Amino acid sequence: MIDTLVPIFAATIAAGTPLVFAALGELVTEKAGVLNLGVEGMMLIGAIAGFATAVTTGNLWLGTVAGMAAGAAMSAIFAVLTLNLMANQVASGLALTLFGLGLSAFVGKPFEGVSLLREGAPSLPLLGDLPVLGPILFRQHYLVYVSWAVFAAVSWFLFRSRAGLVLRSVGESPDSAHAIGYPVIRIRWLATLFGGALAGVGGAFLAVFYAPMWVEGMVAGRGWIALALVVFATWRPARVMVGAYLFGGVTIAQFFAQGGGIAIPAPFLSALPYLATIIVLVVISRNVATIRLNSPVSLGRSYRPD
Amino acid sequence: MPTAMQAATPTSPRIELRGITKIYPSVVANKDISLSVMPGEIHAVLGENGAGKSTLMKIVYGVVKPDAGEMRWEGQPVVVANPAHARELGVGMVFQHFSLFETLTVVENVVLALPGKPPLGPLAQRITEVSERYGLPVDPRRLVHSLSVGERQRVEIIRCLLVNPKLLIMDEPTSVLTPQAVRKLFETLRQLASEGCSILYISHKLDEIQELCTGATVLRAGQVTGHCDPRQETPKTMARMMIGKDLPHPQHGAPNVREPRLVLAGLSRASPDPFGTDLQDMHLSVHAGEIVGIAGVSGNGQQELLAAISGEEPLTEKHPILLCGEEAGRMEPGARRALGLCFVPEERLGRGAVPRMSLADNALLTAHRQGYVKNGLVRFAAVEAFARQCIDGYNVKCGGPQAEAKSLSGGNLQKFIVGREMLQQPKVLVVAQPTWGVDVGAAAFIRQKIIDLRNEGVAILVVSEELDELFEISDRLVVIAKGRLSPAKPIKETNVEEIGVWMSGMWPDAGDAEHRSPAHEEAHHATQA
Repeated sequence: MIDTLVPIFAATIAAGTPLVFAALGELVTEKAGVLNLGVEGMMLIGAIAGFATAVTTGNLWLGTVAGMAAGAAMSAIFAVLTLNLMANQVASGLALTLFGLGLSAFVGKPFEGVSLLREGAPSLPLLGDLPVLGPILFRQHYLVYVSWAVFAAVSWFLFRSRAGLVLRSVGESPDSAHAIGYPVIRIRWLATLFGGALAGVGGAFLAVFYAPMWVEGMVAGRGWIALALVVFATWRPARVMVGAYLFGGVTIAQFFAQGGGIAIPAPFLSALPYLATIIVLVVISRNVATIRLNSPVSLGRSYRPD
Repeated sequence: MPTAMQAATPTSPRIELRGITKIYPSVVANKDISLSVMPGEIHAVLGENGAGKSTLMKIVYGVVKPDAGEMRWEGQPVVVANPAHARELGVGMVFQHFSLFETLTVVENVVLALPGKPPLGPLAQRITEVSERYGLPVDPRRLVHSLSVGERQRVEIIRCLLVNPKLLIMDEPTSVLTPQAVRKLFETLRQLASEGCSILYISHKLDEIQELCTGATVLRAGQVTGHCDPRQETPKTMARMMIGKDLPHPQHGAPNVREPRLVLAGLSRASPDPFGTDLQDMHLSVHAGEIVGIAGVSGNGQQELLAAISGEEPLTEKHPILLCGEEAGRMEPGARRALGLCFVPEERLGRGAVPRMSLADNALLTAHRQGYVKNGLVRFAAVEAFARQCIDGYNVKCGGPQAEAKSLSGGNLQKFIVGREMLQQPKVLVVAQPTWGVDVGAAAFIRQKIIDLRNEGVAILVVSEELDELFEISDRLVVIAKGRLSPAKPIKETNVEEIGVWMSGMWPDAGDAEHRSPAHEEAHHATQA
């Protein structure tokens, strides 16, 4: 029993990692009051930029960095539109996703069917040899550990550091933050870039390490799930992690179910991770007071200084 | 002698404004304004709502950039780029519309406005010390959204005092403080001034300005109409300078009391907010044709009581609230309004009005029962006419019915909201802080309107922290303290001292009062008959 479950759990963590990156990034962006609906597009651009770079240079880490830069560049377009030119955030975000879909498909044409050497996940010394936990937690790709570090850093930054307090105050009331002298637009810019960079890393992880290959539209709605995760996790990083791994878990479980020949239509099984994640998160996030205290009040609203 | 004086005091003013002009698309907020404040001077800026006082202060603090004019700081010309720059110079400001973050705690709010990175633990300690020293009690760990307006203002003031400013700007700082707290604040301000801090003090309370300030600049419609020394003036003469004519005085005839319209019959409720006040066994009846005032220091259950009466937080039982003879405890606000309740909440932006909606739309929100919706469609022309009626009837300075609620100054929005509620022919009117942030002329006007409504036979409940106001307009007074209501007393049988003592919760034994109160009410009726 354990022997079958351990690989499932290990695969769960890998499958949830793109979501962890994208959702934590979007969480920070939204905490500053910026609603960037372009996560799907930024992940796709990150994926193709990462994959193309990795194939061309043969260096997977360079690919990851390229994905990050590409995601940040995408979010910079969004930031110029919404923060400097005061365009509507919802419309701009949707446009960004459409742009990302099209551009990644166009740029990615030559890379379809190209294979990338799958890099075996390293085993951490000592920890990797632990029974059960070792194979699940400590024989993952390095980027998985990075995602945990990002989780810890984001949690600490938002709720323990002064800079995080300033960021939250900007998302809460940009007028007040401006009145006591914080550069609202600059802070929102940084938060948006951070969100874009992490979405890019999430996409790159998907294409460079997880798949590893490029298929048009391969992000397959994970960007939207990341957006939903942030909302239903009531803007709390720990709940984002739970949601991301839940999604990963159901994704893997349904693979096994399909492979095991269970008589449920495959399209339904493929839809299951999305359904399950949203239902569970809706159920755990019904508390009005938690939403009231955690949601950034100015989310999605343009801010124009006097 | 002059040379000695010069040696003792610096010759250059702490701040000097020359020809400051700020023009908004629909209104000239400031036109060619000049004023100067010496170190250690407490300088008043006087003017009606919309005279441009707040805009001028925002320019000094770097929130708003002037279109023309020059500013000198300690003799040197400066351009204040932003509030952080202003704070570096040593300017602190207490805003009229608070600049607090609701989902953060008090100490987090304070640390955001402080330079450097003070750790939160010791800072909370300092907040407690300062708040005790200046009589501004507030718990640093509380979340701001659970604080009353008065408590929020304390946080703003404390936040400024912590940075030892050279120039302190106070925009209507005392409007929600108790008389004792005002006295303590004045001591603080005088002490600050004696240490060389300059203070720019905006208030509509002329007697306070006279007591506190050593110089004053009077604004009317964005222009300076005069400078004076408040110590040489009387409130009456200053009011004349400010509004250009004499103050009207509210006329208060004998009440013509009829049936009870709003009755609290043993209203109790535990507050859902862990920091809120539990309401305990409240008894009160408000009759048609009388004004009952509720006095008390903010945070003693006013918010909870108002939420229970307005229906914002309906009770679980029907009987504790009787509205026009119906048991209304479980009704939603809309059902209560349909019975004839009109309500002016304490918070103007957010509760009283939707900041980003036009005045006409805001009027529709509560006045749609007056026939402004027909077959499910809004009659926009009629709504706009109604909004215009509020604007004209209550002398609201704004860009017309389509102006955003947010664009109005505090006092003007207050006038609009009060007008909107009063023009709906209420049977019962509940008003919280009717004249908060409103200048003397407009305040007298609103009070007179409240009294006129009473004379037309409306039952009126006024919750206010200004005792003078309550004594001016009420027929009977009750005191709220720690979630309990005192027995009601006719205004002629009590005085400020007694109510002041009651405000700390010490009135004749509550059990006793319950037995006495029905008889007392009867006696009250008898005297009216």
